[in-house]
Amino acid sequence: MAVKSRKESKHPGRLAFSFRRHMHERFIEMLLFMAALCSVLIMLAIVIMLVKESYVFFQHVSIWDFLTDTEWTPLFDNAHYGILPLVSGTVVSSMVALTVALPLGTIIAIYLSEFAPFAVREIAKPFLELLGGVPTIVYGYFALLFVTPLLQVFFPELPGFNLLSAGLVMGIMIIPYVSSMTEDAMRAVPMNLREGSYAMGATRFQTAIRVVMPAAFSGIAAAYILGISRAVGETMVVAIAAGMQPNLTWNPAEPAATITAYIVQVSLGDLPHGSIGYQTIFAAGLTLLLITLAFNIIGHILRKRYREIY
Amino acid sequence: MQPDKQLEDIRAIIARHKRWDMMFLVAGVISLMIAVLTFIALFSHMLIDGMPRLSWEFFTSYPSRHPEAAGILSAWVGTTLVMIVTALSAVPLGIGAGVYLEEYAPKNFLTEIIEINVTNLAGVPSIIYGLLALGLFVYQLSLGQSILAAGLALALLILPVVIVATREAIRSIPVTIREGSYALGATKWQTVYDHILPYSAPGILTGVIIGLARAIGETAPIITIGALTFIAFLPPSPVKEEFPFLSFEWLMAPFTVMPIQMFNWVSRPEEEFQFNAAAAGLVLVVMTLAMNGLAIYLRYRMRKKIKW
Repeated sequence: MAVKSRKESKHPGRLAFSFRRHMHERFIEMLLFMAALCSVLIMLAIVIMLVKESYVFFQHVSIWDFLTDTEWTPLFDNAHYGILPLVSGTVVSSMVALTVALPLGTIIAIYLSEFAPFAVREIAKPFLELLGGVPTIVYGYFALLFVTPLLQVFFPELPGFNLLSAGLVMGIMIIPYVSSMTEDAMRAVPMNLREGSYAMGATRFQTAIRVVMPAAFSGIAAAYILGISRAVGETMVVAIAAGMQPNLTWNPAEPAATITAYIVQVSLGDLPHGSIGYQTIFAAGLTLLLITLAFNIIGHILRKRYREIY
Repeated sequence: MQPDKQLEDIRAIIARHKRWDMMFLVAGVISLMIAVLTFIALFSHMLIDGMPRLSWEFFTSYPSRHPEAAGILSAWVGTTLVMIVTALSAVPLGIGAGVYLEEYAPKNFLTEIIEINVTNLAGVPSIIYGLLALGLFVYQLSLGQSILAAGLALALLILPVVIVATREAIRSIPVTIREGSYALGATKWQTVYDHILPYSAPGILTGVIIGLARAIGETAPIITIGALTFIAFLPPSPVKEEFPFLSFEWLMAPFTVMPIQMFNWVSRPEEEFQFNAAAAGLVLVVMTLAMNGLAIYLRYRMRKKIKW
């Protein structure tokens, strides 16, 4: 605008000022745009980096072997590159975590949103937030040195490293994420829906289950998806408490490595850049990224599809 | 059916529903208690094991092969320096991106891509950021296993947190503030710089603190870039006696951080080292809890004070 009016101006000084000001504005807008573009660049860099190193890896190892071989021993002389043992460890520990986190997180959310008096909510919400802020390494310590010995009192044959205690602690760790997002979704449901339900004589429980939860479905689904991708990507708890031995098992009482624990194990050692061992962690990372990405996409679709607008 | 019988039936139904209601109330309280008790167990277990090790010497000694002589000097110095790098890179970038998306971004395809991307980045597991840092910073840009590489890796990790906090803080400012500023002839940037940013500062600060608290406790990405776990020296001091008084050698120095030190101690077989791990964990938890507590307090005050 400033540029256009410049020609017909009678006050060149003022419009030069305005032109300068315009350029200044454009410059700042460009800077801010670059900052925003960074997030896209980071995502691209992640994908490129993982695909690039994995591509070299898959020239050594066929994708078929990678997906079907039942042994993962890339650092041995007799190397096998089957991702299944790592996937089984990841699936089992995540399942244990989610059987703790999803029900407890949902119940806490319903309680806080529909039942709890104001004072309880004001104390419980920040407390849960603090619980979510505890570093994962501390939870790992807790799983190894508190939960496992505690479980061994009841199951004496439980090994020192096992997926069960790692999964249980991971579940407790994820509760705050699930409960706070679920609660936010439920609180966003307008009050008149609840009032309608109460007016029909429904109890709070019936209102919560039959009215509020269906109305908040898309938000609750998003919370669950976030919980799942947290569990799948969680590293330190499983690396410390579940052992780092790849083990194709579906039994939570056994030690096993997850995808993330394997990456940690390799990084702790001294692997030369460019070796096949170095490339395996990128292939493992790519697998992990694809799994979490799949869940994110499902979450996105659920959100879009079942979104209720009031 | 007699009217009496009918009434009784209805009463029975009501009683049953109320029983369910009560049962759920109890379930809710129990679930909340499970979370609370776990936290208490975690904290007290660490307190019992770690408290005896906490002393002045613990903060001023280097790690050592002798558990009773080992300390966290290099770890807390490393954590501080890494956090400085993380804050200096993530905060300007995150706020810039947040301001752009809220105030400037036109509604088009590219904006939508950026928005979806920020959400997706928040869902990427932290260890993946470690792999990115390993490939990009450590090898591609040859930063090595340095404080700079670790700080940047953690900055990428908390970037989505800062962006989302900035956007939420900006979104809560009513449009009338902007209109008032424009009506007085201010440009967009003047409006943003003199009004939007100052008013959203507490909200942004809350997000930054929460992000940094998360970065302090992150272990996986730092392990992935191959940071050494036994560091018995400090990085070169950033302040010099002679001109120009500042030195940036420390950016390229090898380092260790609190969670790495703790991980190192947890994975040792000797029991004495577990006590050190507990003490380090205690320091770490107190640090992150204090930061999160500060953020929660700031938000609480903000909510009370500001009424648009």
